[in-house]
Amino acid sequence: MKNKEPLILAVVIFFSLVTYWLVEPYAHGQMHKHVESQNFAYADLPALTKTGDASRGQELVMGAGACVGCHSIEKAGFASTMDPVDAASAYGVNPPDLSDAGAVYDAKFLAELIKNPAHALKVEHKFDPAAGVMHPMVPFYGAGGDIDQETADMVAYLQSIAVSQADLTPKMAYDNACGRCHALKYENWTQLGDNPSFKEKKDDLAYQVKVLEYQDHLAAYMGKLPPDLSSYYRSRSVDFLKTFIENPQNHLEGTAMPRVGVTAVAAEKVIEHLADAGDTKRHERESVGIKVLGFLVIFAIFAFLWKKQVWRDLH
Amino acid sequence: MHDNSRRGFMGKAFGAVAGIGAVGSLVAMKKSWDPLPSVKAAGFTTLDMSNYKEGVLVTEKWRGKPIFVLKKTAAMLAKQTDSQKARDIVVGGDHYMVAIGLCTHLGCIPAYNAADESFLCACHGGMFDWSGEVTKVPPPRGFDIPPFKIEGNTMVLGEVGPEYQKMKDDGVTL
Amino acid sequence: MAHFTKATSVKDWLNQRLAIEKVEKVMASEYWIPKNINFLWAMGMVLAITFGLLLVSGIFLLMYYQPHVDTAFDSVNFTIMREVEFGWLWRHIHGVAASVVFLVIYIHMFTGIYYGSYKKGREMIWISGMLLFVTFSAEAFSGYMLPWGQMSYWAGMVITNIFSLGDLHLDGLVEWIRGDYVPGQAFLNRFFMLHVLLLPLAIVGLIGLHFASLRIPHVNNQDGEEIDFDAEAKKYLSGDKKGSKVIRFANDFMSKDLMVVGIFLIFLFYLVFFHYSFALDPINFDPADGLKTPDHIYPEWYFLWSYEILRPFPVNIGLVAFGFAQVIFMLLPFLDRSPNAVPASRRGLFNIWFWVLLIDMIILTAMGKLPPEGIFSTIGLIAALLFIALWVALPFITKNEKKV
Repeated sequence: MKNKEPLILAVVIFFSLVTYWLVEPYAHGQMHKHVESQNFAYADLPALTKTGDASRGQELVMGAGACVGCHSIEKAGFASTMDPVDAASAYGVNPPDLSDAGAVYDAKFLAELIKNPAHALKVEHKFDPAAGVMHPMVPFYGAGGDIDQETADMVAYLQSIAVSQADLTPKMAYDNACGRCHALKYENWTQLGDNPSFKEKKDDLAYQVKVLEYQDHLAAYMGKLPPDLSSYYRSRSVDFLKTFIENPQNHLEGTAMPRVGVTAVAAEKVIEHLADAGDTKRHERESVGIKVLGFLVIFAIFAFLWKKQVWRDLH
Repeated sequence: MHDNSRRGFMGKAFGAVAGIGAVGSLVAMKKSWDPLPSVKAAGFTTLDMSNYKEGVLVTEKWRGKPIFVLKKTAAMLAKQTDSQKARDIVVGGDHYMVAIGLCTHLGCIPAYNAADESFLCACHGGMFDWSGEVTKVPPPRGFDIPPFKIEGNTMVLGEVGPEYQKMKDDGVTL
Repeated sequence: MAHFTKATSVKDWLNQRLAIEKVEKVMASEYWIPKNINFLWAMGMVLAITFGLLLVSGIFLLMYYQPHVDTAFDSVNFTIMREVEFGWLWRHIHGVAASVVFLVIYIHMFTGIYYGSYKKGREMIWISGMLLFVTFSAEAFSGYMLPWGQMSYWAGMVITNIFSLGDLHLDGLVEWIRGDYVPGQAFLNRFFMLHVLLLPLAIVGLIGLHFASLRIPHVNNQDGEEIDFDAEAKKYLSGDKKGSKVIRFANDFMSKDLMVVGIFLIFLFYLVFFHYSFALDPINFDPADGLKTPDHIYPEWYFLWSYEILRPFPVNIGLVAFGFAQVIFMLLPFLDRSPNAVPASRRGLFNIWFWVLLIDMIILTAMGKLPPEGIFSTIGLIAALLFIALWVALPFITKNEKKV
């Protein structure tokens, strides 16, 4: 009697793999068109032509630039002047602290943002000066000199006070670039920051009310509340997240979410933070996986040897 | 037939490998049963010591357990023995009995009789005095004292202060 | 009252009271299986092991899962996946095993169809097996509700809507099933009850029936040969193991089974640790939102062929076709009019029928996943019609089959 098992195994594997391929890679490829990443080159933005001077930049940021009118810069001793909820009520969202903006955001982007926020953020479809709808951030019209030089100076200043790229942690990148709109429940983060712990239930509830008020202002500003991103690392592919962060219009045409203009490194760290939130045990999963598979190979070998022994006198 | 003994060996060897797998699985299962980190994270309760009345037992809460707080009267202080003094907690010039309100026998909450200045546990009849010491078996030891830290006129339960550490070291509480 | 003597050993003591030696012989060492089998015969044990994995992983999930619409999602994706030691492991095992078990069920089913293991006295094995398929399907569906993600909610919405039965508009029935106008707390809690208690009990009972139905007809073999089990058993026991056509269940059959199980477990656990998104669908990692249907909605892969039979037709016809598809497999022993209980390769037209059916179901599965547009919906419609045609044709094809 010919042993048909290799053929049978081949047939089973063939049909299983064909079914898998059709249902997974092929179907998902049909459902989600691939978007090519620019790797955060921001090709639509003009290159920086001037070398910035950080000390001139500091004068501008504090002075003619009027940045500190809305933005706190903790590192430079400029604390927040407004309660976040009040700021959200006024501007829609709490203007970010600029201490580490120089590390998180791309220099080209920052320069353009200062001069033309709606354009840099890619929200001109929502904030159209011609239609009289201004972006809450007031553009910088220049301090009397060469505006490109002045913006380069301000960017240089921000870069000078910011943490180094190596010291930028995933959490810092996320909190800075995403955290004012997107809560991250699984990392105990709301749009107001890390959740403090309260001894009295009353104080806990009062804080939750504050968060909800902020979210109301934010939802009114954005059209709907930006989603909590806790499980996004599992519900979206890394590819999607990267090309989405690079330009939200890539995947959600007409969205109110701005292009946040992070550097490639900062984007990587943001995605890592999302992984820490939504796929926390991934490293343990991999290491335990290798060990379990190693054990199972040994198990299968012993099972095979036992079978061989038992069947010696049966064949 | 030596075939049989070889088969027996291979079978036993395979069984042993399978057994290792079973043990590994049991280890993982045991760990899944462990209390969660959020549970193990210390709970803290702050007691404001300025509001207690002498001789009146108040029951607070810490980590889900009842905490007896009894501000001692002058009469009580006058008759304190050495062992009772060792359990005495002083905050802001006042003396207190602060203890976990669970009978050290099997965990029921003893009831306080203010007239007798004593605790009676309904479960098996154990009795404690106003300082928390055992006056009638079966409880094996006096009330356990929760970790505490004195901060001004407040007590933070769950944190270890020097007074608590001394009580622990002296064997006054577990 | 039986006569009890002083026991000579622990084994003797138990034997007198529980007949353990007799039980061991009947269930294991003298439960005779044909020798002429291949690794496909191990699928039954593979299914038992996989079911065992689902039970054990399910037990640990059950310790932390909260069947409440507000906390279900986080109890799974935060508490179990992040806080519980090895919680992620039980969740991954449970999700992946639930998907892989259907692959093995389909292999097991098609093995039975190919070798004619539903004929000539084996009809109850087939029927109890198909009942297990239905119960496992219900178990999988009810389980899928529990994480309360977007797919959970919308699958719940869509599948319960089927019961309105098209133009019959049985909306009251749909609301009764849900316990509410839409899938909500009542719905989640009762499907939790079904998943954790009622359906597992039914499965265990049906497994008992399935095993019982095997005893009299005995397990089939690769050639469909009718074996005289008593004669062959005698041959084996008298020492002629090589010549006998049968083997013991334990340890002969079991040792081969466990070898296949060993290889299967490597495959399964590779998926559990490194390749699981086919089973843990990304869309279900969005919390349920009753006000937004996902852009792409589809059932788990093992329901796709069935889903695709429903889709291409207008609602009433689609429901009839869908109902037909659920029941028709059950009727196989009675639709196959040929007396031949041999492998399909020796059955002429039936062999073609078999492979066309298999390929058609794969096409239906693929089309069920693809967006119902353009060429995909055309192919889906043809495949659905072919499915119905194949089953209608079966009695005619087999009636005229040459006796082997």
